[in-house]
Amino acid sequence: MDTKFAPEDLAFREEVRAFFDEAYDEELQSRFKDLTTFKDAVIEWQKRLYKKGWIAPGWPKEYGGTGWNATQKFIYETERSAAGVRDVIPFGLNMVGPVIYSFGTEEQKERFLPRILSSDDWWCQGYSETGAGSDLASLKTRAVREGDEYVVSGAKIWTSYAQYADWIFCLVRTNSEGKKQDGISFLLIDMHSPGIKVNPIVSIDNHHSLNEVEFNDVRVPVANLIGEQDKGWTYAKALLAHERTAIAGVPDSKRSLTEIRSFAAREVNGGKSLLSDPLFQKRLSDIEIELMALEFTELRVLASVASGGAPGAESSLLKIKGTEMQQAVQELRMDLAAYYQGVLPNELSAEQLGHEFGSQARQTYMYGRASTIYGGSNEVQKNIIAKAVLGL
Amino acid sequence: MNFDFTEEQGMLRDSVARYIQDSYDFDTRRSIAASPEGMSHEHWQTFAELGWLSVPFAEEHGGFGGSPVDIMLVMEELGKGIVLEPYLATVVLFGGLLERGGSAAQQAELIPRIIEGSCQGAFAYLERQSRHELADITTTAKAQGDGYQINGEKVVVFNGANADYVIVSARTSGEQSATDGITLLLVPTDAAGVERVSYRLMDGQVVSNIVFNNVEVPAESVIGAENGGYTLINGVVTIATIALAAEALGIMGQLNAKTLEYTKTRKQFGVAIGSFQALQHRMVDTFMAYEQTKSLLYRAVCELDGQGDDIAACIHALKVMVDRSGRLIFGEAIQLHGGMGITDELDIGHYAKRLMMINTTFGDGDYHQAQFNQLRYAG
Repeated sequence: MDTKFAPEDLAFREEVRAFFDEAYDEELQSRFKDLTTFKDAVIEWQKRLYKKGWIAPGWPKEYGGTGWNATQKFIYETERSAAGVRDVIPFGLNMVGPVIYSFGTEEQKERFLPRILSSDDWWCQGYSETGAGSDLASLKTRAVREGDEYVVSGAKIWTSYAQYADWIFCLVRTNSEGKKQDGISFLLIDMHSPGIKVNPIVSIDNHHSLNEVEFNDVRVPVANLIGEQDKGWTYAKALLAHERTAIAGVPDSKRSLTEIRSFAAREVNGGKSLLSDPLFQKRLSDIEIELMALEFTELRVLASVASGGAPGAESSLLKIKGTEMQQAVQELRMDLAAYYQGVLPNELSAEQLGHEFGSQARQTYMYGRASTIYGGSNEVQKNIIAKAVLGL
Repeated sequence: MNFDFTEEQGMLRDSVARYIQDSYDFDTRRSIAASPEGMSHEHWQTFAELGWLSVPFAEEHGGFGGSPVDIMLVMEELGKGIVLEPYLATVVLFGGLLERGGSAAQQAELIPRIIEGSCQGAFAYLERQSRHELADITTTAKAQGDGYQINGEKVVVFNGANADYVIVSARTSGEQSATDGITLLLVPTDAAGVERVSYRLMDGQVVSNIVFNNVEVPAESVIGAENGGYTLINGVVTIATIALAAEALGIMGQLNAKTLEYTKTRKQFGVAIGSFQALQHRMVDTFMAYEQTKSLLYRAVCELDGQGDDIAACIHALKVMVDRSGRLIFGEAIQLHGGMGITDELDIGHYAKRLMMINTTFGDGDYHQAQFNQLRYAG
C-alpha cells in the first residue's frame, strides 16, 4: 500500500501542467464552443497532443503509445481535468484503435493506426440499432459476402458525430443461425462509400451530435473485416470494457464540483451564499465523499489491470457509480442556477443576463441523462455484476 | 370525509381535458413553442370563450367564483398538454393580485378584460439576487408629486413579453429583505422608461427582464396598501404554488402513463422490458410518488379552502414533494425510454423541462425543506 508520488512523478506532473498551460490556449477553447468551428478545433487540439507524443496514453509503446506507467496515466488524467482540458474524441483513439492493434492484421495496423494517432481520420461507432439497445446482440444490420466484398444493409442509431466521420466501425450480422452472439462480425466502413446516409437526431439538450446512419447496399472490401467472420462479438466485448472504464469520468466530476463550489460562494439567497447553506453543503459533501471513494476504486481497478488483469465486471461498477456521480454533479449545478437553468444558449449574453452558468448547466444536465443509458445501460451493468461477480 | 368533485367541477375538468386531447396535441404545442411569442392568441381566445379565464374571479366582475379546487383542476389538465398559454401568469398571478388587492376601479377595468381574453398581465417579482426570497427587493418606488417614480430591474418575468400590464413589487421603505415596506404597483408596459428584453426558456415560454428607468405612475396604481405588498404576494404565491403543483401532477401522470405503455411494448431480449422485475419495482415507485404528490396537493387545497392554520407548512411540504417526485418520475421516464428518451423529437424531454422550471419557480425542494424545518423545528 503506497499511493505517494515519487520525485520523478512530481517532475512529470510539472511537465504536464506546463504543457496544458501553453498548448490549450484561449483562442482554441473559444472555437470548441461554436458548432461551426468545433470539428476543426478538435482536430487541431488532437494534433498538438500528437506532436507532443501524448495522444494515446493507453496504447502500447510499439504502436505509438506513451509507455507511461499507471501512476503517470493517473497524473495525466488528473491534470487534464483540473486544467479543464477536453478529453480526446474516444471513437478512434480509445475504441477502434485498441481493437485494431489487438485483433487486426499487419496491413490494417499500418493503414489505420497512424491516421487515428494523427487525427487525419475521424471515427464513429456503429453499434446500437432501433431494435437493439441494451440487447445489443440482437442487431439486424446485415453484411452478405459477394466475392471480395461485403454488401451491408440496415441502420445504426445514436451515432455520435457521424456527420463529421470518415470511418465507422460496425457490428454487423453475417450469420443468423445459432446463438445471436455468434453470427456478428466487426467491419470497418468508409463513411464516404456510396449508399451511406446520415440523418441527424436533435437531442434533449437541443444540440445535434447524434445521428442515424443508414446503409443501403454499401460495398465494403473483405480486407476491412477485423479478425474472423462471425467472431466480432468477442472483439466488441473487449472494447466495451474499455469504454465503460473511460465513461466513469471521475476527474471531470471533481473539476465540476470545484467549479460549483466557486459558483455557490457567489450565488445568494436571502443575502447568504448558497455555500453557507447546510442543505447545499450536505449535497456537496455527499457527492465529494462518493467521488473520493470512486477515485480509489478506479485506481484499484487500474492497478489490477497494470499487473496483468483485464478490466472485467469491475468496469461495470465504475460505469454505474461514475455516471450516477456525473448526474448528481450536473443536478447540483442546475439547482444552483435556479431560474437561470431555463435559459437557452444564444438568447441573451451572460452580461445581459447577469448570470454565467445556467445555460451550460441545463445543457450538461439534460444531455447527461444519456450517460446512464449509453455504453450499456446501468440496468444491464447491474445484471453483469450480479452474474459475473455475485454468481447469481 | 369526501374527496369527490362537484358536478360543476367535473364539467370544468372535462372541458379542459377534452380540449387538450382534441386541439392541443404535441405537434401543435411544438409549433406554438417555436413562435416568437411562445403562446397562441387564438388558443387564448378559445380559453376565454370556454370560460376558463373567469375561474378564480368573483361573479360581480363576470367571474365563475371558483375555489382553489377549480384552479387545481384546470391546471392539472393544462399540465397534461404542457400548455404554453400564460394561464398562471395572467389569470392566477396578475388576476389573483387584482382580485385580492386591486381597487374597485382597477378591478372593474381589468378583470372583465382578462376574462374576455383581451388583457395579458404579468407579475414582476424576481430580481437577480433574490433567488427564492420574495422580499429581497432592491427596485424602488419613490413618492413623487401625486404618484411614484420606479427604478430598478426585474428578471425572468413570466409572460413579460406579451403583457399589457405588469404588477411590480417595489420597495417604498425598509431594508433590502424586509417584508415590511414593499408596495405593489400596476404599470402599463408601454409607459415611458419601461424597457423589456425578452428571451425563451427551455420549457418554451418567453420571459423578460424589465428595466424601470424613472417610470412614473399615479398614486391610484398601488395594489393594496402602500408598504403592505408582502401579504398580498404571500397570498397569491400560495395559490400559484398550488396551481403549479397541480400542473406538475398532470405532467407526472402523463409521464408515468407513457412510460408504462412503452415498457409494455418495447421488446429486448425477446420480451417486453416491462416484464423485468427490476423495472417493475421502479415503476411501482414512480406510481407511489405520483399518489403521494396528489395527496399533499389535496391536503394543501383543503387547508387553504378551509382557511386552516397549517397552510404554510402544507405548501412547503407540497413543493418539496413536487420537486422530489418530479425528479424521480421524469428521470425514470427518460431512463426507461432509453435512447429515445433523450431526443428532442419525443415529448418526454419536454414534459421533463417543464417540471424542471416548475421545481425552481417560487422555490425549489431544498429551499422549501429549509423553510419547513424552520417552521417545525426551530425555536
